[in-house]
Amino acid sequence: MPDGLTLNKITSQKGIGITEAARRVADLGWTPSYVKEAMSFPTDYKISKAPRDPMKQVLRSYFPMQEEKDNRVYGALDAALRGDMFRNVEPRWIEWMKLFLAIIPFPEISAARSMATLGQLAPGDDLRTGFTMQMIDEFRHSTIQMNLKKWYMENYIDPAGFDITEKAFGKCYATTIGRQFGEAFLTGDAITASNIYLQVVAETAFTNTLFVAMPSEAARNGDYALPTVFLSVQSDESRHIGNGHSMLMSVLKEPDNHLLLERDIRYSFWQNHMIVDAAIGTIIEYGTKHRDKNKESYAELWHRWIFEDYYRTYLLPLEKYGIKIHHDDVHEAFDSIVKKNYVHKIAQFFSAGWWANFWRIEAMTERDFEWFESKYPGWYDEFGIWWENYAKLSKPGSVPITFADTGYVYPHRCWSSLVPCVIREDFTTDEVDGELFTYASEVDRWTHKEAFAAEYQGRPTPAMGRFSGRRQWEEVYDGWDLADAIQDMGFVRPDGKTLIAQPHLSFEEKDMWTLDHVRGHTIRSPLLALREMTPQQRQAHVEEYRKGFKIRRV
Amino acid sequence: MTMQETIAASAAAGAKVFPGSDSRRYNYFEPKGRKATHYEDVTVDVQPDPERYLLQNWIISFGDGTPTYSKDWTALKCTDWHGYRAPDQEWERTHYQRQSTIVGMIQNVVENARRAGAPQRFDRAWVAVLQNHVGAFKHAEYGLGTALMRAQRYGYTQMVNNAILTNASYKLRFAQDLTLYLAEVGSDIGNFDLDAGKAHWLDDPIWQPCREAVEHIRAATDFLEQYFAVNLVFEPLVGELFRSGFVMQVAAAQNDFSTPSVISAAEADYERNLANAVELFALLLRDPAHGEDNRTMLQSWFTHHGGLAVKAALQLQPLWSLPRVKAASFAEAFERARGRVAAIGREIGIDADLPALPPVEVGQPAAAVTDAAAE
Repeated sequence: MPDGLTLNKITSQKGIGITEAARRVADLGWTPSYVKEAMSFPTDYKISKAPRDPMKQVLRSYFPMQEEKDNRVYGALDAALRGDMFRNVEPRWIEWMKLFLAIIPFPEISAARSMATLGQLAPGDDLRTGFTMQMIDEFRHSTIQMNLKKWYMENYIDPAGFDITEKAFGKCYATTIGRQFGEAFLTGDAITASNIYLQVVAETAFTNTLFVAMPSEAARNGDYALPTVFLSVQSDESRHIGNGHSMLMSVLKEPDNHLLLERDIRYSFWQNHMIVDAAIGTIIEYGTKHRDKNKESYAELWHRWIFEDYYRTYLLPLEKYGIKIHHDDVHEAFDSIVKKNYVHKIAQFFSAGWWANFWRIEAMTERDFEWFESKYPGWYDEFGIWWENYAKLSKPGSVPITFADTGYVYPHRCWSSLVPCVIREDFTTDEVDGELFTYASEVDRWTHKEAFAAEYQGRPTPAMGRFSGRRQWEEVYDGWDLADAIQDMGFVRPDGKTLIAQPHLSFEEKDMWTLDHVRGHTIRSPLLALREMTPQQRQAHVEEYRKGFKIRRV
Repeated sequence: MTMQETIAASAAAGAKVFPGSDSRRYNYFEPKGRKATHYEDVTVDVQPDPERYLLQNWIISFGDGTPTYSKDWTALKCTDWHGYRAPDQEWERTHYQRQSTIVGMIQNVVENARRAGAPQRFDRAWVAVLQNHVGAFKHAEYGLGTALMRAQRYGYTQMVNNAILTNASYKLRFAQDLTLYLAEVGSDIGNFDLDAGKAHWLDDPIWQPCREAVEHIRAATDFLEQYFAVNLVFEPLVGELFRSGFVMQVAAAQNDFSTPSVISAAEADYERNLANAVELFALLLRDPAHGEDNRTMLQSWFTHHGGLAVKAALQLQPLWSLPRVKAASFAEAFERARGRVAAIGREIGIDADLPALPPVEVGQPAAAVTDAAAE
């Protein structure tokens, strides 16, 4: 064969270029003339400029590429089993996957549904293929994650918690936070939800911590499956980021939209911070056994991915289009992690309510203390005794730590993000429609009272969503005995008495807590209690709450 | 011994026996068969429901108070929306495998045909059909795909929505298949006007009732009306009529073996989408509490969209006269479509019998036949 001649050169046909292909595909659309299509998705935005497809992809190159990615994922899962991954994996890590993987398939499929919205709202058909691919990608993510969870259930030592996963998703006090995240992708103002909250903030900023930082930690704990699946998922995200940016550029063109964009970027950034940093920060920092002091802490990861990569290179440039960016929120979010111990306080909260979980949390040990202290100086003073107490109270028959005399004050829940108000000094309250609500911070208060309302700064916003449902888990079970609530949620093992959650990683039956061990304690809703107080009592309570607490050794 | 020291040496399944250590199946839903299928495991209950496990209900609503998902988004009612399972059992892996296989099949066929110089040997009259009419039809496929993409937002369960989502994916892929296929063979043929198809779609009287039918489907606000109209009305009466009844039967006689292969993918797609749709609508008509009301609603949708689809089908009749070699007749193709839609109607439990075409007299103008059938 002459030099330079390949089989490919002999057999290939002259095709049309990718730009021409994308142009032809985009020309499939037309403006209906027989019946005008009703706009079924509400928005207060005006969109007149058709978004452009920056990726110029067509489906015939997409499907084989995705199949190949899948082949690698499923091949790696098989290899992990052949390599006996579960012999060496850290149970501390896999336990947290019961929570994470219970949550994430719903936001993923919600994102698929929201492509219906953008596909209809975006003028023209140029970006339709991008939205189509994203719709199918999200279908991929949701079902590939359900498959991964099933795989853990089948192969990990303790399947309890994985086995009730979607039921648990609907019942748990922690998954409520994930539902706030997922529902926000597809409910309310269509642009707010699908473009700004989902694409411009969640996908562009926070998938880096979700789908890049977390897999790294998984690998450090002997879990090669999560990185395989989630890095494959993340490889789809660049397409979604492109879709989001292109749509944003169309929305930006209309000066009337700028006020709403300011509102939505502010709300979305803050709520993503509150939710994603709470969950992923905790999993990365507290779900790991790997304590190499040279690895980045969540705070360092956040600075790299969110502050440098997202804030400085994506958000800041939007100012040149006339969009007000709330720099103070970004700095406050970072400060909440590095100075106000947001992630550590959330981890403390998850462990305080361990009995209501459907996964196990084990106590932090000396090795963990060393690492935390080196990464977050002063950590031991604030959290060390808590975890020592937790270890002491992990034996069945002990008082559940929530009710032990530790000095811990069970937190109020934020009405906006549904994350507990753990940074006590930032706690605030307000009345909306004559009713009292609690918030983790001023931005959360603003989110509920001003952003999620029928009017924003004098402008009618009928399409904006509203907070609804029985938002506070504690309110649902107010006055219930712990054992009855756990049984009602179904967080009990098949023997009908042993809790799925355990405050340790012992797999000996004698070490496992049962319903009888937690019976006799009552759940109380802090919000209902606050509402029952007189104004003076409330004020005193709020002031006391803001002072925080000091943990005592039990 | 401390709690830390009692941790098992291995974290693999079976390393210890304790309560729940053998609970290795998702246990929160009732499988349709004896055991849950993989599709069920990765699909059921991912979209939650306040009537099942969603303890705190939906926590965000639309401005008018409508929750994140509502049963009111369709006029059809169901005692148990969670009872539906898509017969094609599609989840991400099987979807990509199938789509990718189709892409590869089409690519092989087209490359081999072009390498053999096949497009240059297409009959000249047939080339005009490809350019103007297959080129027009790709817009119909696209319109149905976009309608389904919208519809996949509204179903009350994950099973319903994912079946509609994959249907949208198939339709949008096929619209692109046709677009790129025509662009490629067109470049081999020479003087092939790639804009002609859209012009015919927008202005040619032959295609206007078809466009009208598709636009009515796109404009329907009830997502199940869209799903019904696509798969149980338009596809058998117009889609299959054009794809199988015309292109696939006629092309070979015009020296064209590649176009039927490209088109055949859509026929196979449709078999699966039809099975999924029939299963859903049959379930809704069997519903002990709402079956009769659902039947009335589907019958009215059939009357509306069926009327538009029949009009669209009849208006396409002149296409059968265009190829130089007349290998198929419209009357036979329409008769098959009529039989097909009636059979689908029987399958789910609605009356989908359409009047037969009047006998065609030799030399009778196509328009006369069309008018008679439309009456």
